[in-house]
Amino acid sequence: MATLSRRDVEHVAYLARLGLTGDEVTQLEGQLNHILEQFAVLSALDTDDIPPTARVVELENVLRDDVARPGLTREQALANAPEQNGEHFVVPAVLDDGSDD
Amino acid sequence: MLTRLRAHEMAARLRDGSVSSVELLDAHLAAIAATDRAIHAWLAVDEVLAREAAAAADARIAAARREGTEALAALPALLGIPVALKDLVMVAGRQATAGSRILEGFISPYDAHIVERLQAAGAVIVGKTNMDEFAMGSSTEHSGYGPTANPWDLTRVPGGSSGGSAAAVAAFHAPVAVGTDTGGSIRQPASLTGTVGIKPTYGRVSRYGIIAFASSLDQVGVFGRDVRDAALLLGTVAGHDPRDATSAPLAVPEYAAALRSPGEQAVATLRGLRLGLPRQYFVTGMEPAVEARVRAAVAGLEAAGAEIVEVDMPHTDYGLATYYIVAPAEASANLARYDGIRYGAAVREGDVISDYRATRERGFGAEVKRRLMLGTYALSAGYRDAYYIKAQKVRTLIKGDFDAAFERVDALVAPVSPVVAFPLGARLDDPVAMYAADACTLPVSVAGLPGLSIPVGLADGLPVGLQLIGRAWDEARLLAIGSAYEVVTAGETWRTQEPADLARAADPSTPAPTLPA
Repeated sequence: MATLSRRDVEHVAYLARLGLTGDEVTQLEGQLNHILEQFAVLSALDTDDIPPTARVVELENVLRDDVARPGLTREQALANAPEQNGEHFVVPAVLDDGSDD
Repeated sequence: MLTRLRAHEMAARLRDGSVSSVELLDAHLAAIAATDRAIHAWLAVDEVLAREAAAAADARIAAARREGTEALAALPALLGIPVALKDLVMVAGRQATAGSRILEGFISPYDAHIVERLQAAGAVIVGKTNMDEFAMGSSTEHSGYGPTANPWDLTRVPGGSSGGSAAAVAAFHAPVAVGTDTGGSIRQPASLTGTVGIKPTYGRVSRYGIIAFASSLDQVGVFGRDVRDAALLLGTVAGHDPRDATSAPLAVPEYAAALRSPGEQAVATLRGLRLGLPRQYFVTGMEPAVEARVRAAVAGLEAAGAEIVEVDMPHTDYGLATYYIVAPAEASANLARYDGIRYGAAVREGDVISDYRATRERGFGAEVKRRLMLGTYALSAGYRDAYYIKAQKVRTLIKGDFDAAFERVDALVAPVSPVVAFPLGARLDDPVAMYAADACTLPVSVAGLPGLSIPVGLADGLPVGLQLIGRAWDEARLLAIGSAYEVVTAGETWRTQEPADLARAADPSTPAPTLPA
């Protein structure tokens, strides 16, 4: 199985939306490679004809009627927000202001 | 002392009027006040809400007493009984940190299904217990709020991730507690603290209102100081809930009622029972004293009439790798929700990606970061087939081992943990050694099966557990076997031994548990 380079670790951290200090990247590079070495045992098993597990206990499709039911009130939904204005969650702008158009 | 009673004994005394729920609560609050500074089993004790629940329970019992013996007998088993909840169970208006700094200050907007069940039964929720952050760990050292100590030896871990719940029950802070088990997080701490712990079949208990870790593996379960108490609490929280699509629409047997037989009958359950002993569970690195206790317990079951059959479970060794791919992969998806926008801690750095990364860098601890990296990698382009799909295929093989074994035997008996409680800090720098702590519980989780850990004695003064593993939905049989084992060993001296470090925990000069620098 593959080994992770420092650049790989930084790329995965970006995919995970995880900030890491330089020391953390160094430590994780060693630890993740050590852990992945343990996973190599799996490649010794022939699983070509084995279906992947989708669920561990048999359940039929679980469906419910498509009807509206009470949920959280707006006040409840906003109560834990780091930033809110009484109506919405406040987030940083993700689109620019259009001035380049 | 009131705290030494079992929950079912407390229930009897509440009914005969020799104790009140408020008195029970006071006794347990006093125990917490006396020893929890040194043990740190609790993240929050909510005295006001607990006192209201206890007073309401007393009123309900008084009303039933006026009505007559039938009304008293019809009261729910856990009415007025103190219960501890792992701090990932949502109770409306109370904290739920999941042991993470990223959820510091988070207040649950609604009740978990099991909380609705407990409140309907009149149980007294005392507070929230410590845990490894997002249930990722085997020692409770990965809590964002400091570690929990083992009441049997304060320099050692209580196991994890439900270490706070296990320690609280072992230390007589509550007779019963709720935990969760994803790869061993109830069974392993039960083993390390000398308590009874059961992880039921995946889908037996609703996870509505439980903070998620790995959704194909997570299951709610319970701790008690005997099998009957565990059965009472499991029976209270188990059952179908349409709000959790994975919860099974199956009737829940009367777990505790099935145990309500005299000792002779309990032992009769063992006669003619075929119990499989999987060779591969006596793993490399197992401590000889632990193996000796486990084998002695199996011999005890055999002497009482069970037939012991050695079985082969050839894919056992692959359980660890399989679990440590599948669980982190699912966690990487579940924990994407901690983005600093809707709830939780937030760091604002300017643009949205930087905000996410800074928020999660600050909010998550080292083990969570490690698992998110592992899981993200296992699902990333080019590696998904080699890791995640491969692991899910091996999962099918592991499940097949159990299916084959259960064609020959009624249940399996195996070790829970290869080792007794290890010293605080001993495995923190070696994630692979920490992961190996769950070698005997991971395959059971991967297959979604029920597992019960019961105490079977001490090795060098520290508790050892035996794991009973059953077919899907067969918790009642596991509880019956566990109860029969209690009857068989009722006279053994270790049964009455209390955790050795409780006196030291009560000494005001004993420091709070800390990790070695």
